[in-house]
Amino acid sequence: MLLLPSSFPILSLLIFSPLLGAVGAALLNNDRWLRWWSLGVTLVIAVLSLELYLGFDPGTAAFQFTEQTPWVPALHINYAVGVDGISLLLVLLTTLVMPLTVLASWRYITRRVKEFMVCLLIMETAMVGVFCALDLVLFFVFWEAMLIPMSLLIGVWGGPRRIYASLKFFVYTMAGSVLLLVAMIALYLQAGSFSIPVLMGRAYAPGFQCWVFLAFALSFAIKVPMVPFHTWLPAAHVEAPTAGSVLLASVLLKMGTYGFLRFCLPITPYATQVLMPYMLGLSVAAILYGGFAALAQSDLKKLVAYSSVGHMGFATLGIFALNSQGIEGATLQMINHGVTTGALFIAVGMLYERLHTRDLHQASGLGRAMPVFTTFLGVFALSSLAFPGTNSFIGEFLVLTGGFARSKWMIVCAVPGVVVAAAYMLRVLQKVAWGGLDNPTHPGLKDLEPREVLTLAPLLVFVFWIGLHPEPFTRVMHASVQHLLTQVTQSAAYASASLR
Amino acid sequence: MTVATLQAFLPELVLLLGALGLFVVCLGEGRGRRARAVASGVALLAVGASAVSLTQSGVLFDGTYRVDAFSQLLKVVLAFGYLLVMLVSRRLPAIRGEIQPEYYLLLDLSVSGLVMLVSCVDLITLVVALELAAFPLYLMVPMRLEAHGQKSQMEGAIKYVMFGIAANGVMLFGMSYLFGLTGTTSLPLLFPRLQPLMHSPLALVGLAMTFCGLYYKLAVFPFHFWTPDVYQGAANETASLIASLPKVGAVAVLIRLVSLSAPDNPPLVLFMTVLACASMFYGNLIALQQTDFKRLLGFSGIAHAGYALIGFVTLDRAGYSAALYYIVGYAFMVLACFTVICHVAPDGENLSLEQLGGLHRRSPLLALTLLVGVFALAGIPPFVGFMGKFNLLVAALGRGHLWLVIIAMVNAAIGVYYYLSVVREACLREAPERAPIVLPWSSRLLCVLLIAAIVVLGVAPGRFLDSVATSVACVNAAPSMAPAALVAGGAR
Repeated sequence: MLLLPSSFPILSLLIFSPLLGAVGAALLNNDRWLRWWSLGVTLVIAVLSLELYLGFDPGTAAFQFTEQTPWVPALHINYAVGVDGISLLLVLLTTLVMPLTVLASWRYITRRVKEFMVCLLIMETAMVGVFCALDLVLFFVFWEAMLIPMSLLIGVWGGPRRIYASLKFFVYTMAGSVLLLVAMIALYLQAGSFSIPVLMGRAYAPGFQCWVFLAFALSFAIKVPMVPFHTWLPAAHVEAPTAGSVLLASVLLKMGTYGFLRFCLPITPYATQVLMPYMLGLSVAAILYGGFAALAQSDLKKLVAYSSVGHMGFATLGIFALNSQGIEGATLQMINHGVTTGALFIAVGMLYERLHTRDLHQASGLGRAMPVFTTFLGVFALSSLAFPGTNSFIGEFLVLTGGFARSKWMIVCAVPGVVVAAAYMLRVLQKVAWGGLDNPTHPGLKDLEPREVLTLAPLLVFVFWIGLHPEPFTRVMHASVQHLLTQVTQSAAYASASLR
Repeated sequence: MTVATLQAFLPELVLLLGALGLFVVCLGEGRGRRARAVASGVALLAVGASAVSLTQSGVLFDGTYRVDAFSQLLKVVLAFGYLLVMLVSRRLPAIRGEIQPEYYLLLDLSVSGLVMLVSCVDLITLVVALELAAFPLYLMVPMRLEAHGQKSQMEGAIKYVMFGIAANGVMLFGMSYLFGLTGTTSLPLLFPRLQPLMHSPLALVGLAMTFCGLYYKLAVFPFHFWTPDVYQGAANETASLIASLPKVGAVAVLIRLVSLSAPDNPPLVLFMTVLACASMFYGNLIALQQTDFKRLLGFSGIAHAGYALIGFVTLDRAGYSAALYYIVGYAFMVLACFTVICHVAPDGENLSLEQLGGLHRRSPLLALTLLVGVFALAGIPPFVGFMGKFNLLVAALGRGHLWLVIIAMVNAAIGVYYYLSVVREACLREAPERAPIVLPWSSRLLCVLLIAAIVVLGVAPGRFLDSVATSVACVNAAPSMAPAALVAGGAR
């Protein structure tokens, strides 16, 4: 596959400057300075990452801005990074969400601020690294290294059951990656390289593909999470501090779906085709399960967490529809979910800072006391239920179109999920905006301060931008998606021909 | 003796002269502080000497002792490890003041035994070096002050000695078979003579029994019984030595011995596969239940011995160098954990996991050291524990040991739980307020060195891996391959 190197190592800069920022943060001792420092670092990185979008050539499916140097020559491991249309959007999502997580923790985190910011910045390094890595081992190192700061974020600054949630998150993910590592080594022994572009270009025996697919899929399915591997998610989301929830929802879950797109589809195309019906079935199950489970929650964070399961079900549904609407819809849905659910978690966090509860019934009737907040919440709730004109509508519509072309029955089964999403989100909106006004604590509540408006406003912009004019986003991924589809169909045809 | 010989033998000479010096110090009274200074100086000199003689090669003492890239690399590692152990053993709160000079003497002798061990290419010198490394440790375990109302140090010492002697007996018995079959004790001669006989039961039994003595050192199941008790019974500083350096020595010798059975030996491969699986499962499952940090490390050590054994199952160089790389990394990881134990327990008592509570507030640097050590043991990148396991698994899967690799990964996942429970106690759980721990500069240096070693070996393993691989390549090479000029026959 073609690699387009860049003269300036911008990806390495994006990956490692947060790490430098973390070192800098470790040397600071004043909580105020620490917050400003972290905000500054993440903002600078966000601005830098825009350079990536501007310099990106959407006309080609090649990996761009690539860099490659040997890392462990004895095992043919390289430090290789690069982005294509799909990973570009996810890198941008990561870098743009990071300043918002710092802002969202401004008042909420008062204890051990230094360690918190260090963890947050290390997370950024690992997350950007995962999306940029073009070497399996490098990918795995970032993928696993993320566990340490994330479990600390949950375990140190989380809610009452934080330790349980943190350990569950860690052990679950670790168990998922057991076979991932074995499959990686097996691929290396077949292809003689850990380089992802090289691995994509090889054809493997059908049986081998199926095993590798399953090993990869288990790990990614846990991360997405797909039903029935989702049980760590509600615990982790509910207990994590706001910034942790936002990172989990906006970025970490995407790593699972990204893994499917980057590894399962192009490297094991035959297995993808064979196992597609099951993956579609699990996706539909996730949509329905997530929706109905969310309907039953009264804890707002839990509600949003279960809605995540449903929304990510749409993303996997689109991926395994294996056509261009499906995959483009899925990628867009990944971005949408990052924007909308991230925003909802921030909003719930703001509510919690004021009410010290996340109970839906106690949060009712805020519409009069906090009109600005309620407006934001309303928009994000509508976006979450895929209201036309918002971002999720475009994504879900594309996914459903693509899915319909693949299997009518699956989509017929998935549609109730859309309706349920409307039901639980409207229920939230109805309660919070217009619910019982007799709640005595409410009159004294302060509405959003400028910092909080600033946290939510960028996400609001993206809700409408993607909803009304998605072209800048679909444009960059189009070539990559088409290329991915040719990889899947051609190699799968080759594999099934060799099977005969 | 020629100058070349002296240079080749420099690290050993430094350590042995150091032992003599320490012996003189021992003759006086109340000289604990001076003994420590001498021992630390010897450690520093040893690091320098081993670095200077890194490129040396030659055969000494009638072909029983070989100085080559393999041995010299390990001498650097062992000398550096000795320096770290000396930094850990700064205070020795659990050793009576008047016997502290002797403690340092024994420490130095044990390390000198290990340093000689890695150069031995004759079964006889090998046994002598092994004993020299082991006997001081047998004495150091019961030197601990008696804990209130219990004699765990005696129990640990007796177990250590008994199992050690028994394992040595088994090993000697196995060696007698090898000698009987081939008529030589020299490893370079043994290898070609053993090849045609390799599939005779006698040779297999002989080899397997010879390995057993080293499995004991490495604490492979079922030769592990001493491990948790000795860790618990010995002083924290002694346990930090027992847990780290002898294992490096054991793996080094095991490489020399196991490569005798290369390139293809299904029965021995099966034997080692079974032991590796049993060690991993046993160590990890029992460690889940531990509340004493040192016992937990003991059982985790058994599991790690199992991981290291995976490298031997392959019977090829890739596997050996992976095992060596892994065990060197392991020595640093476990030293990091013991450093924390020694500093959190000011009176030298055993440390329960609960006592780690609030460590992040008491001493952030120690907490960081603990996190790095524990996550490295759990095999999380970017630390050396991950790269080490990764190397082992690549080597093993390359030879088709799929199930062994899967079992190893399952075990890695099991292990994560108890390593996390250490993190939970130290960093996550609310703990009663305890006094902050003030670290002297030497301890800070120690922490920084350990963290740096664990991170650098994990992130940039390239050069170290290369030198390990080239050094392993010269194990048991025919003596003719050594440059003739340096075959210092006149070393007597």
